Amino acid sequence: MDAAGTNKLTSAQKEELMDQVKQQMAIMSAQELLSKMTEKCFKKCVTKPGTSLDSSEQKCVAMCMDRFMDSFNLVSRSYSNRLLQERNKM
Amino acid sequence: MSDSFGDISNSNFGAGAGAGGGLNANADLQDFVEKEQQRAQFSAQVHNFNDICWDKCVEKVGTKLDSRSETCLVNCVDRFIDVSLFITNRFAQLLQKSGGGM
Repeated sequence: MDAAGTNKLTSAQKEELMDQVKQQMAIMSAQELLSKMTEKCFKKCVTKPGTSLDSSEQKCVAMCMDRFMDSFNLVSRSYSNRLLQERNKM
Repeated sequence: MSDSFGDISNSNFGAGAGAGGGLNANADLQDFVEKEQQRAQFSAQVHNFNDICWDKCVEKVGTKLDSRSETCLVNCVDRFIDVSLFITNRFAQLLQKSGGGM
């Protein structure tokens, strides 16, 4: 979309555009989370792949997902704290 | 999961979205894109840190993150940034010492 084109957008159209962008970003982040979670929890919980995903493995995966979210949120908080600190240093 | 994308998701952009086009009709869009880029960068960095620090700090998954893992995760993020800053500085020094002949 060129600059001249966006000049003609109504404010409703702009808002729609922004919503779409935000939605896309949220989807991308969720996809990343999902794929990382699968990778990490498979590694942790399925050490010897058997003929089915047994109940203890399922339990492990469920717990691993929750811990992965805990970790993600903690890391997110730590990083944003550090950013604040660095900004105050300047 | 609403809080999983960090503190920046609270930042309120789009506040002026209903203002309608004046002379600077694109200023709000530019502002929006800039903020979204920052958010995307932050988010990518958090995914990256979590990837690295999960492997380093979380050995066994239990009913909650134990305090050792928690401390390790927090330290891991800070030390990773320290290393990144240290290397950036030292690398710049090395470049300077080599006479900027690159």
